[in-house]
Amino acid sequence: MSAFLSIEDLTVELKSGMPVLRGVSIDVNVGKVHGLVGESGAGKSMIGKAILGILPRALSVTAGSIILDGEELQSMAPKTRRELIGATAALIPQDPLTALNPVRRIGPQITRRLIDILGWNKANAETRALELLDEVNIPDPDRVMHSYPHELSGGMRQRILIASAFAAEPKLIIADEPTTALDVTVQKRILKLIEEMQERHGSALLFVTHDLGVISKIVQSLSVLYEGKVVETADLRNFFMQPSHLYSRALLQATPKYTDPDRSLTPVSDEVTAILADEIDVWDKEHGYHV
Amino acid sequence: MSKALFQVRNMYLSLPDRARKRVFGPAPKIEILKDLNFDIHRREVLGIVGGSGSGKSTTGRALVRLLKPTQGSVTFDGRDITHLGAVALKPLRRRFKMIFQDPLSSLNPRHSVSRLIGGPLNLEGFSDVDGRVVDALSQVGLTKEFMGRYPHEMSGGQRQRIGIARAIASRPDFILADEIVSGLDVSNQAQILNLLENLVAELDLTLAFVSHDLSVIRRLCHRVMVMHQGEIVEIGAVDKVFDAPQHSYTRELLNAIPLPDPDQDWAAA
Amino acid sequence: MIDGRSQIRQRAGLRLWLSAGWLSLLALAAIFAPFVAPQDPLVQDLFTSRLPPFWQDGAEPGYWLGTDNLGRDVLSRIIYGARVALGVAILAATLAGLIGGIFGLLAGFYRGWVDIIVSRVIDIWMSFPPVLFAILLIAVLGTGLHSIVLAIVIIDWTRFARVVRVEAMTQGAMDYVDAATVAGSGRFGILMREILPNVLPTIVVLVTLQMGIAVIVEAILSFVNLSISTDSPTWGGMIAEGRIAIYQAWWVLVFPLITLFLTVLSFSQLGEGLKDRFDPVLR
Repeated sequence: MSAFLSIEDLTVELKSGMPVLRGVSIDVNVGKVHGLVGESGAGKSMIGKAILGILPRALSVTAGSIILDGEELQSMAPKTRRELIGATAALIPQDPLTALNPVRRIGPQITRRLIDILGWNKANAETRALELLDEVNIPDPDRVMHSYPHELSGGMRQRILIASAFAAEPKLIIADEPTTALDVTVQKRILKLIEEMQERHGSALLFVTHDLGVISKIVQSLSVLYEGKVVETADLRNFFMQPSHLYSRALLQATPKYTDPDRSLTPVSDEVTAILADEIDVWDKEHGYHV
Repeated sequence: MSKALFQVRNMYLSLPDRARKRVFGPAPKIEILKDLNFDIHRREVLGIVGGSGSGKSTTGRALVRLLKPTQGSVTFDGRDITHLGAVALKPLRRRFKMIFQDPLSSLNPRHSVSRLIGGPLNLEGFSDVDGRVVDALSQVGLTKEFMGRYPHEMSGGQRQRIGIARAIASRPDFILADEIVSGLDVSNQAQILNLLENLVAELDLTLAFVSHDLSVIRRLCHRVMVMHQGEIVEIGAVDKVFDAPQHSYTRELLNAIPLPDPDQDWAAA
Repeated sequence: MIDGRSQIRQRAGLRLWLSAGWLSLLALAAIFAPFVAPQDPLVQDLFTSRLPPFWQDGAEPGYWLGTDNLGRDVLSRIIYGARVALGVAILAATLAGLIGGIFGLLAGFYRGWVDIIVSRVIDIWMSFPPVLFAILLIAVLGTGLHSIVLAIVIIDWTRFARVVRVEAMTQGAMDYVDAATVAGSGRFGILMREILPNVLPTIVVLVTLQMGIAVIVEAILSFVNLSISTDSPTWGGMIAEGRIAIYQAWWVLVFPLITLFLTVLSFSQLGEGLKDRFDPVLR
């Protein structure tokens, strides 16, 4: 069975020619959850943005392919691509505060995608929105539909964004650090909610985070990123039990574990950083970048 | 000399609710802290945990008198500092310091490192300020080349270390660390936590560590104070509180820790 | 970090150099006018009236940009006109910046009743129609450099105060202010040492923008003959005169207009360029 989302050798460059993503290859199967971990600046968010076609203007895809549901995205006309993404994929963003338009009520923000992109009529779209708000356990969905974002709590806003993402029954969801801005107790509920929704709707999920604790609760497999390059891809158990790359091991060593408080925390050592730098240099040289 | 460096009794703190401000006259007040009672013992590391809105940061700021309690008292080393004005507080300021969460906003972008660390030392009347700055830098593992650098010329981890250097430069008795590793990568976090642990031992510091991360608290602190909606719901030795939580909110917090372990789901209280 | 920083830096460099270049040239010409101007700007000579600029037939050497109806050299008049324009610009903008900046800083940093009073004063002040205000002022004070400068300052200080107030409020909410408090700094010390350096770039940019505005205001006033009282040439005055003879001697209107345009543009670009330069993140 070929993957629903297949990214092959994706390279993204800055206008100045510096690579930001280095030959990234990732597969996500239908109905499965794949994680992207790495420290900040590693490029994890960039992958999601490249798929959805929302890379910042300073960046562009210069090599590799993104195949979604059998279609190659890079070679499509922009309009066709936008329509395919609109119908097939959705994003759960990191910051629930800025992801919602502060001057519009919640209702139109959920129904917009259904009405504008998929051509639903207003009544059907609103019914669906209410259903979704109920699915994400929002009390009094009708009142919430007519509220403004600032009248609701962070946790509620994130639920709305999740509901919004699942509105058009997308086959691929990209969750970009969806719980980083949330309280620990809210985080747990939101993670469970995302898991439930994903299972119920059968979407493939690409989950981006820097938190190893969070990732172990929701993904089945993951890729580790360092400076735009995938250094390890493994399924969840193997990653934690027998990580194959030095960097993965270093990350695990540096993560505080609640059940083992006296274990020493070692930051990523200079040796590991040097080895990683070498790997990056080798890749850069092979692909014609100045080192 | 009493065991307690800080003594907080019946402390209430209200702040104006800017969102409900009227055109003329002051904004109505919201009660942020309600009837807090606790001690901070000399040379202990006290963790202060809670969700957002729990009042943990406000409590810390009340301790270092960035905020003034509306009611009740804060006693530092036997002295009541609750109502002291800026002038009276000044000589005491060198004894309790604060490290902030966001090094970008807590370091003046237009000040060089030597000014960031040396400025307060000058204000406090120290001699040989430059020497002390270099000393503080070396204690956080930075060379004196950093003296002339500006915040935007450093990495996040380095900036946070400058924040720490600034706090320890005057050899204070007490440091408040307000979510100081929350914005850092796991590797930087480990570095900073190790650094902090060493400094606490070397410099005989009393530390109040505000955080939402229970794994870090468990590792670093002797006692922990759990806050919820402006009140202390539980306080005690770390192992006791975490292994046998008395309050339902503590249990809720503990249950929500995602363990970095594929077999164990969530920490069970 | 991923961004287009180097590109912004390049654009800022070019912008800064061009605008600073033009303004420096103008300033030098204005200061050394008696030595730089080819002719006496006030001398009228009917034999040299309506001469075209140097590249056209009928031009005469020494009158590079032509002459007007009364035989006065356009280039020399432009140079002397720059004295008025730049003089008004620098004086008015600096004064407005100083006054507005001080009130803005006090209101934005100290808040409380200081802010309430200053904000209400600004609101009321700004509700006077500015052009009417200016004309009224000049009617009372009489024409002259001092009136123009005063008029501009009185009208525009509020623009500075408002922006600086917000900037001071924003900086005042930063953690480094708390850090300074914890270090024992008093409020006034914090205002001077922490807040002011971070608000200064905004003020500088606004001052350069204000200079451009002042040049335009002076031009408008001299256009309607409400500017300085002497016969000294002004760009606005030249434009007014040139308007009448536009079909016979287009150069009398066009050259002062171009100079005016370039000068105002340079001030605004200077402001933009300085803003980019001052942003510590781009340094």
